[in-house]
Amino acid sequence: MNENLFAPFMTPVMLGIPITTLIIILPSILFPTPNRLVNNRTISIQQWLTKLTSKQLMNVHNPKGQTWSLMLTSLFLFIASTNLLGMLPHSFTPTTQLSMNVGMAIPLWAGTVATGLRNKTKMSLAHLLPQGTPTFLIPMLVIIETISLFIQPMALAVRLTANITAGHLLMHLIGETTLVLTSISPFTALITFIILTLLTILEFAVALIQAYVFTLLVSLYLHDNT
Amino acid sequence: MVLVVPVEKKLMDVKIKDLPNWILTQDFTPKGTIRAFQRGYYQYDNKYVNTNKGSTLGVSMVLAADVLFNYCVSYKELKHEQLRKNH
Repeated sequence: MNENLFAPFMTPVMLGIPITTLIIILPSILFPTPNRLVNNRTISIQQWLTKLTSKQLMNVHNPKGQTWSLMLTSLFLFIASTNLLGMLPHSFTPTTQLSMNVGMAIPLWAGTVATGLRNKTKMSLAHLLPQGTPTFLIPMLVIIETISLFIQPMALAVRLTANITAGHLLMHLIGETTLVLTSISPFTALITFIILTLLTILEFAVALIQAYVFTLLVSLYLHDNT
Repeated sequence: MVLVVPVEKKLMDVKIKDLPNWILTQDFTPKGTIRAFQRGYYQYDNKYVNTNKGSTLGVSMVLAADVLFNYCVSYKELKHEQLRKNH
């Protein structure tokens, strides 16, 4: 039972070769590049959605921060499409692997901190201390703020991993419960099936929301530092 | 005398008994392989996605193929969960 629970999260291996790279590349073929001024329906819808999310994400930044718009928009599209593709049956979601999320979080966070330290050293160091603290609390608060700064990338990564993994695991468990209960008591099976439907709707929302939250937080760190 | 120039045949036009010969005529350099994938991608794209009244069918076929592929890859682990013994 234990092995069956976590089997969907192991790296997929086909004939002894790990095909994780292929699965990570897969979402990119679902977004064709626009070649013309007026494109087909698929590309037009994707362009409209991309423009909507980019504007929402980037209008809080000054022009210096808006140089990051390509990075943040592609990050959002990647996480959203990978999470949504993971909702298909039997598919493997790369964002459930902590290794990948830490690999995304640490460079982005480090980039924002390095930008801040390089361009506005005094301002970014001043963020370490909230305004209006009593004098005797200052040393302790600087230590606390430094720790909270260094925890930011790990929180970003672990938040995404845990949310997606927990959602998938819940769906597996409730689905198995429903299947087992159909032979014992169909009424309870119906109730669990309704729970499963609601949970699936929630998971679709979570897939998108997590992408948004990840990108939003990176942009927040950027805003502090530009 | 008529000179016969062999024309490159597409995969869907090759008959099954000619398949090994067709594979040997393909270009196996990295650039040739990439071009083959690109050709396949644009053939699919122009036929199903890049049309005037395209629907969701083009992308849905890719997703269905993805589900099938992942099922095949994880068949070995799923074999333990069969409901019936010899099915």
